[in-house]
Amino acid sequence: MSSKPLQVEKVSRSFGAVEVLRAISLEIVRGEFVAVVGPSGCGKTTLLNLLSGYDQPSSGLIARDGRVRMVYQQDGLFPWKTVTENIALGLRHVRDDKERWRQVREMLRLIRLEGFEHHYPHQLSGGMRQRVELARALAGESDILLMDEPFSSLDYLTRLRMRQELARMLDERPRTVVLVTHDIEEAAQLADRVVVLTERPAQIRYELAIDLPRPRDLTHPEVVGAIHRVLTELGIEHDPEAVSAGSGKQSV
Amino acid sequence: MTEKQSIVKTQLLPLAVVIALVAVWSALSLLRVFPESVFPAPPAVARGFIEELRSGRLFNDLIASLFRVTAGFALAVATGIPVGLWLGQRELARRSLLPVINFFRNLSPLAWIPFAILWFGIGDPPAIFLIFMAAFFPVVLATMAAVAGIPSVYFRVAQDYGLRGVEKLTQVTLPAIMPQVITTLRVTAGLSWLVVVAAEMIAGRDGLGFAIWDARNGLRMDLLVAGMIVIGVIGVALDRVIVQLTKIPSVRWGYER
Repeated sequence: MSSKPLQVEKVSRSFGAVEVLRAISLEIVRGEFVAVVGPSGCGKTTLLNLLSGYDQPSSGLIARDGRVRMVYQQDGLFPWKTVTENIALGLRHVRDDKERWRQVREMLRLIRLEGFEHHYPHQLSGGMRQRVELARALAGESDILLMDEPFSSLDYLTRLRMRQELARMLDERPRTVVLVTHDIEEAAQLADRVVVLTERPAQIRYELAIDLPRPRDLTHPEVVGAIHRVLTELGIEHDPEAVSAGSGKQSV
Repeated sequence: MTEKQSIVKTQLLPLAVVIALVAVWSALSLLRVFPESVFPAPPAVARGFIEELRSGRLFNDLIASLFRVTAGFALAVATGIPVGLWLGQRELARRSLLPVINFFRNLSPLAWIPFAILWFGIGDPPAIFLIFMAAFFPVVLATMAAVAGIPSVYFRVAQDYGLRGVEKLTQVTLPAIMPQVITTLRVTAGLSWLVVVAAEMIAGRDGLGFAIWDARNGLRMDLLVAGMIVIGVIGVALDRVIVQLTKIPSVRWGYER
């Protein structure tokens, strides 16, 4: 396997006359966590659909190495399946029944939902449902995890907790992650690299590397510094002296 | 609500209403507000009911009607759901066929009675045909709408996890529409029960519909009312049976959101 499971080379995507993505180039190394932020409607989800192979670029190249799993914005759990059955979907390639159930139990432990195996999604809270989504996507030997604003429908505190949960799960089950979000805090708290897109047609406007182990506190100076830099880059914050502790490395 | 209050509300109050209705009926009979010949008294109806029960006629009529409803309804569901599934997934077919389906959906099945007799004669076949005509189109429309309304994210997930063909149908499409389909089954089973009575009144030689028509012709208003009560009670019972489907754990989500 290559050390770069996702390589995007001068990728553009148009829908009819509407140009959504323009010449996006991105190389993502194994185990890296990349967050893509940008104004709403700028084409973040389109980029994700291209990365997953669901959609094809109008021009440019995408090289993908490994099994891809996607976590969706809206409820992607099947409401007619129990927690166990939903997670087992992610383990369909495991032929041996016993082994599959062993791994399902393992995932239930990972998301701390033991005791809820026979519950249906509608019997769970939003945060619990999203943990099951993560378990389904992380189950089995997937390599690349694509996330489309996975926590956007949760309340603020639950969202903060889910970030810590995600960091913990990735610590146990490392994946190459691309997270698309409009939540700059989320990006700064989780990502090794934040990619900021422009308005449509989206181009990469700015990249910021954040070299700090996870889980990170939201108020860690480096996280705060990263948020400030991204907001400044988006033209929302202006005071260059606001955060001096932020030492994120910057590149374009 | 305490346990005691809930029993009062769910069991005793409805029973009290039934008793009150029979009391009003008895009072009207005893006071002879209407002539006995057009307004039978409760005791006469009870006697008529027992007479019909003893002769075995009531049982035979009940079985005949239930058989026709079951056959016509099963035929409509077995063909209507596949057609609805197909139309739900094919936009062109949907656009082309929708006006025609809506036309038949809104044409009273009773309008088919003359043709039903002309084509199928008397007995089971015309009744089954009429029930089919009553149930088929609503089942098609509801299934179609349910399929067309399945959130696309479910199909994305199905694709991500390699569910294709038959597996996609049985694990995604069918369970996704099940709650709506069950609701439609309740409505159309009720509709079928309405239609069988009318069909048997005109195109039957037995069945509950024929029984009340026969009672009317024989000026046996007591038997007529006894038949009406049986028809109503069986209709409610049919609905109670189908409503059990909504208690299946894997469809509860459709009723609790």
